[in-house]
Amino acid sequence: MVCQINTHAAYLDPILIRHRPSDLLQILILAQDHYGYIHSDAIDHISAALKLPRSKIEGVAGFYSFLHLQPPGAYRVLFSDNITDRMSGSVALMESMCSQLWVEPGKLSEDNLLSIDTTSCTGMCDQGPAMLVNGLAINRLTQDRANAICELIREQVPVSAWPAVFFSIEDNIQRRDILLDSHFQSGSSLAALLLRGTDETLQQIKASLLRGRGGAGFSSGAKWELCRQAAGDARFVVCNADEGEPGTFKDRVLLNNFADMVFEGMTLCARIIGAKKGFLYLRGEYRYLLNHLQAVLQRRRQQGLLGNDILGHADFNFDIDIHLGAGAYICGEESALIESLEGKRGTPRNRPPFPVTHGYLNMPTVVNNVETFAAASLIALNGGAWYAGIGTGASSGTKILSVSGDCDCPGIYEYPYGVTVAQVLDDCGARDTQAVQISGPSGVCIAPDEFGRRIAFEDIPTAGSFMVFDKTRDMFEVARNFVHFFKHESCGFCTPCRVGTSLLSNMMDKLANGYGSPYDFAEIEKLNALLQSTSHCGLGHSACNPVLETIAKFRPAYDTRLAHKDFVPSFDLDRALSQARQMTGRNDTGAHLERSQD
Amino acid sequence: MINTFTLDGMSIPFSEGQTIIQAAMAAGVYIPHLCFNPQFKPHGSCKLCTVKVNGRQSSSCTHQALSGMVVESNTTQINDERRMLLQMLFVEGNHFCPSCEKSGNCQLQATAYELHMMSPHFDQFFPDRAVDASHPEYLLDFNRCILCSLCVRASRDVDSKNVFALSGRGIKSRLIVNAKSGLLADTDFCGDDKAANVCPVGVILKKRIGFAVPIGQRSFDEQPISASPHPVMKEV
Ligand SMILES: Cc1cc2nc3c(=O)[nH]c(=O)nc-3n(C[C@H](O)[C@H](O)[C@H](O)COP(=O)(O)O)c2cc1C
Ligand code: SF4
Ligand code: SF4
Ligand code: FES
Repeated sequence: MVCQINTHAAYLDPILIRHRPSDLLQILILAQDHYGYIHSDAIDHISAALKLPRSKIEGVAGFYSFLHLQPPGAYRVLFSDNITDRMSGSVALMESMCSQLWVEPGKLSEDNLLSIDTTSCTGMCDQGPAMLVNGLAINRLTQDRANAICELIREQVPVSAWPAVFFSIEDNIQRRDILLDSHFQSGSSLAALLLRGTDETLQQIKASLLRGRGGAGFSSGAKWELCRQAAGDARFVVCNADEGEPGTFKDRVLLNNFADMVFEGMTLCARIIGAKKGFLYLRGEYRYLLNHLQAVLQRRRQQGLLGNDILGHADFNFDIDIHLGAGAYICGEESALIESLEGKRGTPRNRPPFPVTHGYLNMPTVVNNVETFAAASLIALNGGAWYAGIGTGASSGTKILSVSGDCDCPGIYEYPYGVTVAQVLDDCGARDTQAVQISGPSGVCIAPDEFGRRIAFEDIPTAGSFMVFDKTRDMFEVARNFVHFFKHESCGFCTPCRVGTSLLSNMMDKLANGYGSPYDFAEIEKLNALLQSTSHCGLGHSACNPVLETIAKFRPAYDTRLAHKDFVPSFDLDRALSQARQMTGRNDTGAHLERSQD
Repeated sequence: MINTFTLDGMSIPFSEGQTIIQAAMAAGVYIPHLCFNPQFKPHGSCKLCTVKVNGRQSSSCTHQALSGMVVESNTTQINDERRMLLQMLFVEGNHFCPSCEKSGNCQLQATAYELHMMSPHFDQFFPDRAVDASHPEYLLDFNRCILCSLCVRASRDVDSKNVFALSGRGIKSRLIVNAKSGLLADTDFCGDDKAANVCPVGVILKKRIGFAVPIGQRSFDEQPISASPHPVMKEV
């Protein structure tokens, strides 16, 4: 393709005119829509227009999995690679599509038409196996559907003309409680806020004992108060809809059905802390929700619930922008998220200072999860005491779980805090359960003798992921999948996590190939200690959890892998010859040294 | 009143705003480090400078000194961890010290000697990284890059050039240069840049002065890195 700079100006200028240089990531996402990748000449144009060096632009683009500096093909197929997708057959489907379309995984096809690869969990675990085609979600893949997709690609039918049913996404709300059953009227919480007053509403949020739903469980009232008190010329409200923890999909459902509650929670927060501007950071995998969310924002502006003079109050001005992510789990970490909002590589910041005092543009910023803001709306409406009366003493209110894996009814379940794991398993129709992974790969793996434990900050805290494994599942492969996830998602900033996640994933692959020895367990313990104590952020701290937990609780799954009771060298001469065998098309005994068959 | 904290039992004075490593260096106490250089804003990525502050691990290059804090650095446990971090850096890249022009002046190598690292321990990754010899006077051997970002900071903050940047993510992170061709020759890099003289390892090398100072007489051959962490390199 021969491209002149001015051909790029034609589609870039309308994008550039609407954005500031600090929106670089958003600019790159939109710029990529034109050719499916960011053309080298387009970077010249962006660089000149924004007065940003090319090295910075390429550095940012290179960080995000969904941005490409080289053509990835007209059809870019990405299979969601969560363990739940694998359990429902994604590996075989991907192999089948690769062979039908004559393409190697991760490589561009010879005719430059397509590429097929894996991506981290796309948040569709209740309706997997799932994939993204040119960024759009297709779920419930079957062999028939995969064949049909191959045909559409071969015929070069544009994705916009593919059958609409391929792109249908279900909510699967299986159990409703105070939040999902609230029949929320948009504007009602803001009216309650204005009636009660800002200070008193903050007191209600504090009295509700609401704690963050995104993982860390920090007191939301305390966070809002700290931000309100922090010095700064401007303040910001950020809603974290990055939802990258494998097995989590409740924010997707909340944004699809309860967006008003979420935006209203953000607006409450803005009034309380004194912010004029808010952001929803929406993971790139959920881009299909963008039009819907923009429409809700627009309606709220028309209703006087956003924009200037909210509900007629001259000093109440607040609006919300949506920023898209581009395939980087680490951007769920709040300081990395803020870097990404500022158009940078999503690298976690040095903390302290924390976002409440030095967040977006170094100004005081509240970052909360989608569910936290929705809960805040309910609290403003119904009062703190009401909310604090639900759940357990240390964990007020309800928690929305994303249930997936081996059960009859995967989907969204809202429970008051304190529900037992056994109760959830019973409700979702799980049988012969061997293990439950709670709060995703970063969380805990629970064996049957612990099913009496409770979902609560004081027992099992969770961001919502609840993956069920029955007795037929191999818990070693579960852990190996999680370790690969961490390796893929490590931001690479700090040495222990950047290199350690690769070392760990190599060790698990070595065990999987039958070359493990008990010595490897000691090595994993050592790596874990190092990552726990020296990593820069939570990703590195928890990267070894899945392996340690499964070694402790499901040791037989590892023991069967130990070909050797003692140390064996990790280098396998015969395996090293496999490439030569592939190239020469040989697999006879003469082409082998002693051990493995390919 | 002078502010002080204790570091391995020693009393270390500090001024407002100093980080632990800055105060320690000023007091002549060595804490191992690679991505820190006193002339630049601390970065906090290599984690070699990890210490225990009041019992909790933290990076001493970014951790603000506070009066009365108790810091441990030179302990068996922390040095074991630092050695593992060094081993990780060695296996992540391709470091063949005997044939490297930076040998003896290299902070990675010197720190490994300092911490008695005897072997790389882990399996080598042997990454495939091309050398950039396009520039008439300078060579970039990315095989040795430890992603400390000192050249990035120097070029951006001191030279105002942005010749270098980090790209990629995770284990695929890599250093890039500011040129459409991807080649150093097509940037405005020059030998007088601060960025030309800050690499702690052997990536950014001046051409045609190879081994002018014989191995054995180089900075860290003469005294260990703990005695002089940032020696001025001998010019020829
Ligand atoms: C590696 C990592 C990933 C995270 N991902 C998310 C996420 O996807 N969504 C989220 O709300 N919080 C995530 N968090 C937690 C955020 O850093 C932050 O604590 C949270 O958004 C605060 O909101 P909350 O108090 O309402 O929970 C993540 C943290 C880490 C360390
Ligand atoms: S722990 Fe991992 S994800 Fe976090 S900063 Fe370090 S490399 Fe990045
Ligand atoms: S080239 Fe040298 S200074 Fe630059 S990041 Fe790599 S190791 Fe650090
Ligand atoms: S010197 Fe502190 S992290 Fe590198």
